[in-house]
Amino acid sequence: MNPRPIEPPRWATHLLHLFLPDHRAEELEGDLNELFQQRIHEVGVAQARWRYVRDVASLLRPSLIKREQYDYHRPTNTTMLRNYFKVAFRNLTKYKGYSAINIAGLATGMAVALLIGLWVWNEFAYNKGYANYDRIALVMQNQTFDDGVKTWTGQAMQLGPELKSSYGSHFKYVATAEYPGNHLLMLGTKKITSIGNFMEPDITEMLALKMLKGTRSGLTDPSSILLSETTAKSLFGDTDPLNKTITLDKKWAVKVTGVYADLPANSTFQELTFIAPFALKKKDLPEWLGWGNSWFQTFVQIADNTTMETVSVAIKDAKLNKVKNSDDARFKPVVFLLPMSRWHLYSEFKEGINVGGQIQYVRLFSLIGFFVLLLACINFMNLSTARSEKRAREVGVRKAIGSVRQQIMLQFFSESLLIVCISFVLALLFVVLCLPAFNAVANRHIAMPWSNPLFWIVAIGFSLFTSFIAGSYPAIYLSSFQPVKVLKGTFRVGRFAALPRKVLVVIQFTVSITLIIGTLIVFQQIEFAKNRPVGYSRANLVSIPIRSDALITRFATFRDELLNTGVIEEVAATDSPVTNTGVTNSGFDWRGKIPNSADEFVTLRVTHEFGKMVNWQIKEGRDFSKEFTTDSTGFVLNEAAVAYMGLKKPIGEIVKWGDQSFKVIGVVKNLITQSPYDPVRQTIFVINYKRLNLITFKINPTKSASEALAKVETIYKRYDPDNSFDYKFVDQEYAKKFGEEERIGKLASFFAILAIFISCLGLFGLASFVMEQRTKEIGIRKVMGASVSNLWQLLSKDFVLLVIISLFIAIPATWYYMQNWVQQYTYHTEISWWIFALSGFGALLITLLTVSFQSVKAALMNPIKSLRSE
Amino acid sequence: MRRSDLGEFEEVVLLAVAALSPKAYSVMIAEELERETGNSVSTGAVHAALQRLEQKGYLTSQLGEATAERGGRRKRLFTVTALGGRVLSDVRAVRNRLWDRIIPNIRLEWS
Repeated sequence: MNPRPIEPPRWATHLLHLFLPDHRAEELEGDLNELFQQRIHEVGVAQARWRYVRDVASLLRPSLIKREQYDYHRPTNTTMLRNYFKVAFRNLTKYKGYSAINIAGLATGMAVALLIGLWVWNEFAYNKGYANYDRIALVMQNQTFDDGVKTWTGQAMQLGPELKSSYGSHFKYVATAEYPGNHLLMLGTKKITSIGNFMEPDITEMLALKMLKGTRSGLTDPSSILLSETTAKSLFGDTDPLNKTITLDKKWAVKVTGVYADLPANSTFQELTFIAPFALKKKDLPEWLGWGNSWFQTFVQIADNTTMETVSVAIKDAKLNKVKNSDDARFKPVVFLLPMSRWHLYSEFKEGINVGGQIQYVRLFSLIGFFVLLLACINFMNLSTARSEKRAREVGVRKAIGSVRQQIMLQFFSESLLIVCISFVLALLFVVLCLPAFNAVANRHIAMPWSNPLFWIVAIGFSLFTSFIAGSYPAIYLSSFQPVKVLKGTFRVGRFAALPRKVLVVIQFTVSITLIIGTLIVFQQIEFAKNRPVGYSRANLVSIPIRSDALITRFATFRDELLNTGVIEEVAATDSPVTNTGVTNSGFDWRGKIPNSADEFVTLRVTHEFGKMVNWQIKEGRDFSKEFTTDSTGFVLNEAAVAYMGLKKPIGEIVKWGDQSFKVIGVVKNLITQSPYDPVRQTIFVINYKRLNLITFKINPTKSASEALAKVETIYKRYDPDNSFDYKFVDQEYAKKFGEEERIGKLASFFAILAIFISCLGLFGLASFVMEQRTKEIGIRKVMGASVSNLWQLLSKDFVLLVIISLFIAIPATWYYMQNWVQQYTYHTEISWWIFALSGFGALLITLLTVSFQSVKAALMNPIKSLRSE
Repeated sequence: MRRSDLGEFEEVVLLAVAALSPKAYSVMIAEELERETGNSVSTGAVHAALQRLEQKGYLTSQLGEATAERGGRRKRLFTVTALGGRVLSDVRAVRNRLWDRIIPNIRLEWS
């Protein structure tokens, strides 16, 4: 017997077969083998092996690797793919109902995900339109008061120059600015009111203004103004505005030294229609303004070689060093930077620490979008697998003819791709239709980015991803059928085959119920805050801003004129709106005050009739009265202030403010003048007829508001002929406090409803399949004497059980998370059990309705019909 | 006349096929070339050349019998087609004409 022949390296042979076409590989392997056997004799085994490998390597050249089509006819992929799509289309049209459910569900899910995606993208794009986006920051300060650390955006006007002189190396540009506001621009007789700001010249470089006319340095001239393109157009039309003089607020004659392209939309400065030099405003400011008056904003652009963190740490004591020897040192001011990238999404501070802000909602909605899409995908999976029994034969036949598993998987993936494509087109349509309404609710200007290639890349990627996720389960599950069993008819879906489907239904309903409960709790919280006792009446109150000095100097006559019209009940003026008191003061002293403690009070400067007008409730003492001349040095406190100061008998107490003494004449019940979710802060009401910013009047409830406003306007025009008559209803302003929460609530409820809709669609489809499968069983049961209600119970039981399981998962989870959410409001509702009961009951009811439609139909069927065939 | 698209290596391979006919197959061709030229010839190069020649129509092939030393695998036997033969003689004619025009004295100086 021959000894076993020595074999050439096997891996090399494998390589040969892997890369070369079959017909050639055989022949070449033979050649190499022959050579190998020869070489063993000539040069030894090791060398022969080595040469063998080298020969294999030399054979793997492109010209030999190329597979030729004329040798063997290979069925091309496209033929098969075309067949897959054809079969998919036939399936779609054969089962129209299920296809509609499938496509509608998926399209809704995709539309929601798309909408949310657009919104999230828009949120992250905020402020990105500025070239120096990652270098710009706003200077903030933390100050420690008795009742906690407060974070302010405002700064003293001295801070900017101090940063420049003592910390200059950290900054490229520093600009002090006012807060933006409405101002009057006049060119001859043409007047427009537009939003603008007084800012230092560095701001032009910082924002990298695109100058259409003039230069950025135009702002260095102290009596100049830069206009935005729109403003320039509305003021000058087509004439050249450059070097023309206009009047600003009737006070300053300023020369137009430049026109800049409108600032990017979706940004902090988007509404800035003109920039005037800060120097102009500075001349008019009172001389006593010091480090304690944080009235301004300080914008900086950090130097190129440094980071926000280093600068933030370096300038920490910039204010403290300057106020060391004054009262303000008590508040331990810490100065820091808030980078532009965080202005929009991370603007909230609690106890001096950044706690997020808008980003919360971005996260929340991303999560919702993801879940809604997931629900839609689950629908798709469930309906496809439920139909598997119908298609089991098809898979069997395909496999018997020669399809391998991969091909079957490919078939189901292409099928899901087809459905996803149809759904995607529908979803796009839906988004386009919904976008205006969505923009209105979300208060944004989002447009479809049709021309953005990134959008298309993401959209296509997203479709592929969805079709992959949605198609994966059917593809893997259906392709695993054994053809023998399927075709022989012994194929039975096992007891556990429906288990994954059930798990998916449970997931669906858990998510939907969670969303529903969450939304209900959000609304409950809003309702709770709305029902808080406000402490004053807002009905029929209208406020107008004071833009002309005449209204302050001749306030008494203005008031009399208004009262004389007969349509106005009362008139009063204040320094900040009663619905949004922003002014705080410190440096008060009273009996029993802990020495050197850092006190802070909200102060509201009012005229005598304010209390009467808003109908506040006096608890002790009396209201301001003109009969007592001493009331000009009188305080009215709110309950919170009494508690804060620790006064036992507040009436008659003397409180020192700076070097002036005030007497407490009354205590009122708390007025909600700030956030309705927070406790009312200690507030002092004081008479002042000089530092007033807006006038509020109460319309006689028996008269019509429009008539009254018209009368007020004519009188107003006599005092301030230049400015437009802008009025605000106080109750509407108060309602705006709930705007953010209500907006979130509305959007969330919209999505929750869609989620439940998608889940129900899925359930509906699933139920109809189950009924169809059990037609014979139902027929036999009926013949045996089962009643309709029996059958209905039997058929609905399974689904109700699934929903009950989801309730048991959803309720504790939601309770836990919503408890956390509610806790962040100081004034929060207790999460009540009825919300859970209600949503649980609602979910069950909806399920029953959905399923009953099918189960009753099945139960009513004539058994003769269902049993006749076969 | 059509430009001959026959590379030098291809020409040698084609000649070897003609010389070894009717038992020309890749291993034997490679051996023959190695023996004749004294350089090592890689199997891959021979295969590629054979394939190209076949595509161009200068060679035809059929599968021969299997032998034990090839591990039971059949060999592919090549024969020169009429077209291949004509191309070979064309090339040879060109060369001969050029050779004949070389002045005898110069030829002596080389050797």
